Amino acid sequence: MDAQGPILVAAGLHKRFGALVVLDGVDLAIAAGEAIGIVGPNGAGKTTLLSVLSGAQQPNGGSISFKGGDVTALSAPVRCRLGLARTHQIPRPFSCMTVFENVYVAASQGGGFSRDESYSRVTDSLALCGMLDIANRPAEALGLLDRKRLELARALATGPSLLLLDEIGGGLTDAEASELVETIRELRRRGIGIVWIEHIVHVLLQVAERLICMNAGKIIADGEPASVMANREVVEAYLGGSAP
Amino acid sequence: MNAGLDFRVERWTLASRSAVAGVVAIALALIAGPFVLGPGAMDRLTILFVYVILAAMWNALAGYAGLVSVGQQVFLGLGAYFTIRLADWGLNPFVSMVAAAAIVGIIAVPLSFPMLRLKNGEFAIGMWVLAELAHLLVNLDQLVKGETGTSLISLNAFDAPLRRATIYWLALAAMVALLGALFVLLRSRVGAAIQAIRDNEEAAASVGVRVLTTKRMIFVFAAFGAAMAGALWLATALTFQPKAYFSVNWTAYMIFMVLVGGIGTFEGAILGAVLFFLIETWFGAAGVWYLIGLGATALLFALVLPKGIWGAIESRTGLRLLPVGYRLDIRSLLTKKNGTT
Ligand SMILES: Nc1ncnc2c1ncn2[C@@H]1O[C@H](COP(=O)(O)OP(=O)(O)OP(=O)(O)O)[C@@H](O)[C@H]1O
Ligand SMILES: [Mg+2]
Repeated sequence: MDAQGPILVAAGLHKRFGALVVLDGVDLAIAAGEAIGIVGPNGAGKTTLLSVLSGAQQPNGGSISFKGGDVTALSAPVRCRLGLARTHQIPRPFSCMTVFENVYVAASQGGGFSRDESYSRVTDSLALCGMLDIANRPAEALGLLDRKRLELARALATGPSLLLLDEIGGGLTDAEASELVETIRELRRRGIGIVWIEHIVHVLLQVAERLICMNAGKIIADGEPASVMANREVVEAYLGGSAP
Repeated sequence: MNAGLDFRVERWTLASRSAVAGVVAIALALIAGPFVLGPGAMDRLTILFVYVILAAMWNALAGYAGLVSVGQQVFLGLGAYFTIRLADWGLNPFVSMVAAAAIVGIIAVPLSFPMLRLKNGEFAIGMWVLAELAHLLVNLDQLVKGETGTSLISLNAFDAPLRRATIYWLALAAMVALLGALFVLLRSRVGAAIQAIRDNEEAAASVGVRVLTTKRMIFVFAAFGAAMAGALWLATALTFQPKAYFSVNWTAYMIFMVLVGGIGTFEGAILGAVLFFLIETWFGAAGVWYLIGLGATALLFALVLPKGIWGAIESRTGLRLLPVGYRLDIRSLLTKKNGTT
């Protein structure tokens, strides 16, 4: 893999639901190991962008390449196996399985690791996300916070090169938020690229070296965080929409 | 950060090792059946083996893969039909039974493509429609003589004791092989993926599970198993009347066994089959009331004990006899942590 070239390139992404245009020509290039924050008012299309990038939803137009190959036509599991993992804004645990088993599925399927390698990936992911002590608990017994942690642990266990995170930090106390920031920093040290959607901007800015603001299906600002936050259009989008 | 973490993943316990040893011992003892049992008892046990197969297969599909089908009789009927067909062409009837199950397994592959695109209720009903369709198609074969049916005449070439014993052994072997294969499959990485699909298909896809391929595996396996059961049933009953084999009653029995025993637990399906067998033995003669009783019992269980008898035992005692899951050994972790801090 070329460390200089972008790991993911999306060009002209369009997505609509019926008459509602949700992605309206999104262009995006992500360098390997980069940490990008995405902000934008509710309904801007952030989650939809993640779903289209990860293959959960097909775009109505545009193309996506990952690690130099066109993945637009590839299914979500295939993209995951290539190293593109995501979390869900509304957690989707495997309810009847334990925390450990949830993460084991990710390691053994998405990561394609051998049994023993999967075991150590799982424990490593659980340790990073602070879930080792509840590894044997059924996922259905988890509260919202732990469900979000489980989303992260599961995505992590697939051994991704690029991790797409969707509001994993909502509702955290300050202490929990700084724990999460520490975890994400550790992932960066391991060379994993991060795309993180979050409304809590001050948490996001502790990790993101680049910030993207979306509004009404478009990227309206993209660049150095401070300048994006100062951008007039960004300020207006937030004043016009619901405040972050 | 966590390098050298000391942990152990437990998949067997003393209880489960003993249970598997017990199951193997029972299976071995059952081999002696034909030497010690009378013909009636042997026939009844053969039927029990068929029930265990049917319950385990439906549980695999519904309990583990979340694919609730009310049309599994399609595979049962086709298994019986192809046995008749192959035997009529001159193949040894016992070989025909196994070959018929294999043919049904192969047919299930292309069938899975349209069927697995259906979701939940659509899949359930779609399978029923498929069963009705197969029923009509089978009736087109002159050999079957419409609803009058036909019989597996070539079995009569064997003298009764030998025939009975062979069918018994075949049923026993099929049951042990299918249960064993299912157990191994569910304990493999595929088994965990199957359950993930059941719990949340989209999330499973997002962590790399090839959803359709994985579902197809269990669909075909369950089809093969049901077909084997159909062939065995034919061998004990000798006559093939399409209506009796393509009847939705079969699926009702499977649902009963699995719901009462404990859906989604390996032990539950077996327990349910044994209970169903006992109930049938004692009350089967009661006709309509027997069926009403079955329905009411299943309904009662769904309402009061949604995880069935075994599910209730499991959650009360934590007992796992034939476990397919994973348990991270936390004690070793804590010891380690205490040791280092
Ligand atoms: N499956 C769907 N069908 C129809 N409309 C949808 C669907 N998914 C999303 N939408 C609509 O698309 C728009 C964008 O949704 P999306 O979830 O991408 O926004 P978002 O930026 O993630 O918002 P939030 O900050 O609230 O999570 C919304 O108006 C939403 O109602
Ligand atoms: Mg969203």
